[in-house]
Amino acid sequence: MADKYNAENIITETQKRISNAFDVFDHESNKTVDVREIGTIIRSLGCFPSETDLHDIIAELEEEEPTGFVRYEKFLPTMTKILLERKFRPITEDLLLQAFEVLDQQKKGHLEPEELTKYLTQEGEPFTQEEIDEMLSAAVDPDKNVILYKDFVSMMTFDDTR
Amino acid sequence: MGCRVTKSNQVQLKPCDRGNISVPAAATAMRAALLIQRWYRQYVARLEMRRRCTWNIFQSIEYSGQQDHIKLYNFFSYLMDHFSSANSQRNLVSQMFGESDPFQDAEWEKHFCYKDIEVPDVYTGPHLSFPLTISSVTELVDAFKNKQKLHARYVLQLLGKTWTLLRLMPNISHVCTCKHKEITICGDLHGHLEDLLLIFYKNGFPSAEAPYVFNGDFVDRGKESMEILLVLFAFLLLYPHDVHLNRGNHEDHIVNLRYGFTKEVLGKYQVHGKMILKLLQKIFSWLPLATVIDQKVLILHGGISDKTDLNVITKLDRHRFVSALRPLKRRGAWATRKEADDDFGSGRRRVQSLTHGAPLRLRQELQRHSVHSESGRTGRSVEEELRERRRLAGLSLPSDSDSAEDLEADTVEWKQIVDILWSDPMSQNGCVPNEVRGGGCYWGPDVTQEVLDRHKLQLLIRSHECKQEGYEFCHNGRVLTIFSASNYYDVGSNRGAYIRLGPDLIPHFKQFQASRSTRELTLRQSVGRTERSAFQALRMQLFAHKSALIREFQEYDPQCTGLISVKHWAVAVEKVLCLGLPWRVLRSQLVNSSTQDGTLNYQDWVSQLSVIQPNTEIANTSLLETLYKHHSNLESIFRMIDTDHSGLISFEEFHQTWKLLSSHLQTDISDKAISDLAESIDFNKDGSIDINEFMEAFRLVEHRRAEMEAPPPSPE
Repeated sequence: MADKYNAENIITETQKRISNAFDVFDHESNKTVDVREIGTIIRSLGCFPSETDLHDIIAELEEEEPTGFVRYEKFLPTMTKILLERKFRPITEDLLLQAFEVLDQQKKGHLEPEELTKYLTQEGEPFTQEEIDEMLSAAVDPDKNVILYKDFVSMMTFDDTR
Repeated sequence: MGCRVTKSNQVQLKPCDRGNISVPAAATAMRAALLIQRWYRQYVARLEMRRRCTWNIFQSIEYSGQQDHIKLYNFFSYLMDHFSSANSQRNLVSQMFGESDPFQDAEWEKHFCYKDIEVPDVYTGPHLSFPLTISSVTELVDAFKNKQKLHARYVLQLLGKTWTLLRLMPNISHVCTCKHKEITICGDLHGHLEDLLLIFYKNGFPSAEAPYVFNGDFVDRGKESMEILLVLFAFLLLYPHDVHLNRGNHEDHIVNLRYGFTKEVLGKYQVHGKMILKLLQKIFSWLPLATVIDQKVLILHGGISDKTDLNVITKLDRHRFVSALRPLKRRGAWATRKEADDDFGSGRRRVQSLTHGAPLRLRQELQRHSVHSESGRTGRSVEEELRERRRLAGLSLPSDSDSAEDLEADTVEWKQIVDILWSDPMSQNGCVPNEVRGGGCYWGPDVTQEVLDRHKLQLLIRSHECKQEGYEFCHNGRVLTIFSASNYYDVGSNRGAYIRLGPDLIPHFKQFQASRSTRELTLRQSVGRTERSAFQALRMQLFAHKSALIREFQEYDPQCTGLISVKHWAVAVEKVLCLGLPWRVLRSQLVNSSTQDGTLNYQDWVSQLSVIQPNTEIANTSLLETLYKHHSNLESIFRMIDTDHSGLISFEEFHQTWKLLSSHLQTDISDKAISDLAESIDFNKDGSIDINEFMEAFRLVEHRRAEMEAPPPSPE
């Protein structure tokens, strides 16, 4: 009995969160958002999809004849499922640190801006110039001109707890 | 690109991946990069969400602040109607509004003459000689860049010539792209000189080959409104056929009292400020109302209504309408509108793109309102009808003529102008009065289509509303908003933009964001900063509504436990503030104390909202609340009372102001409370009150809590 009540509660709370996030981008107040904002909405709800993941999700959400907009009535069930199934779970601080360590092939304890730039703009799902510029502006130690990734990771993930 | 990535979130980094290999296996490096990218994009998305929410907060507060303006306006109407001419108040008030304007232009020209004003040898600012040359104007711009001030003599000289020139211009300028390559169109500048300079830097100065249109709202809010005007007027004098200035709703001396321009001028020009303001009053009324490009693109400041008719606008005498918001001058008794101040707070909120809330409800309310207006009009005589329309419109008619036809023509013309300067687009069809702004209307896509088609136009370019990206289309791409004051709400809040329009009449946008500090901040820092600013503004709003909030909370707490559920808290706050914000989401930033079992102690919370500067001690808290609620209006009123622009008002005047305000608000402020207040802020103990000091003393300061919220130290 208690379980059922809790389960319903969880679903309601989840859907409220989804609704709030959706509303932020619903500019015309007509329960639609621009498809280009879907990534932001999904991520702001705590998910960590890759770009490919997003492509797939958007393909599901779009209309048969793409209008450039996504309707709430389609978004809600898809997003609810994603959240309840806990897909695209967060990347932990440890894992993130490991990833930086992998790139730090010489085990220097830091990365040169050029090194990081090369990896992030050429590998995986490459960053745009804007993205890499922005990351470097936050990550590069201005005195030493290197990325002290251990500090960087702790600082960035501190934000998560606020 | 490359191999397919698995959907698994866990990147398996085996221990043997690390260690002594000099180059990581390609697949591992790729997985690591992918992980970092995925994480970073999520981080940026969360910041973007926060930025959007912050934006919504600022917008909601700004539009609710517009209601303050309505209240001020009501207050003046109240003044006008409740004091007979025998009473000294009435004289004071009519003097404030400068209603007597008996002189002809020629006499005014003598009055504004600059020739007797001497420029002392110690003056190090720029010197102007006329006719202007491009090098002298460039020098002027450089001087302003270096924070120099132009001497009053040159100011009056420049303004005088501008006035002369403007009087020759038609109401609507017609421009052709045939000769030129492209026209540049800028939106609101609001005293942000840095943005104007940035535009000139990126886009070049105006010239015969590079024509410009500036779409109003050059002044108010920003601190360099005077400099912006001088630069724009200088270029106008230099290239009268290639620089086009449209009037905005802020080119209006009454609005300037409230939003900072009057204060700026009087502060910068203590001896001649008053004269400069008077001359500017005339210049503003002579600014053209619209620009049309190639007979296809209409550019004006606010917008249109279903009644907009460019033929009417072309023919009217625009300079008669000195201010769009001057209160009514009426012979009859005050009409039935005795509404208390709070009526306007009852759920009328802007229907517009970036706020939360229940727009459907508001839409229905607005429709209901317009239906009422319609049905209310039946069965009245023409005279009553006109009076009613004037009352709604807020017109102070410049002519004293009694004939009904004249009055009617005036009303029609006046409405055309107000609609152009004050209206905003909405997404629903129709055309309803703009209650929030107090003038103009909200117009829908059907009105756009009808008006543009009727005039054989294809695009409407307007400004008047701040947009996060500096520009925004609506109404199926037929209406374009352009806004050129970046960081309008706070550092990092929005970009500015301008348009380049060639003979193909397809707009191209350039965005920018001024402020040295923005460039040095990372995304995270600028979002954080704007956010803190927004929440501070919200706390001020909450503080100003303390009593009402407590009353509302108590409704949900019949047993007086002092506790309220989070859900009820959110409902109550929205009911009182009517900002349409997602309070439950914002709660964590606004409520400090922990909420166990989903309840919070509202008394504690309210008392923790803010502290005042310690150098004043006011026992009477309701007085304080009134002060906060009417903060900006109070300043406007003080400045109006200070007719000699000395920056000081006497105790007597101070007392009168409070008494008037309290009787208008139908609240009770005792004489003793007022004298206590006056004494506590007479810092100089000389029997007069410095307006600036007064406003400063009651500026809400950040609660100590804000210090605890300071961002963590970062490696930057």
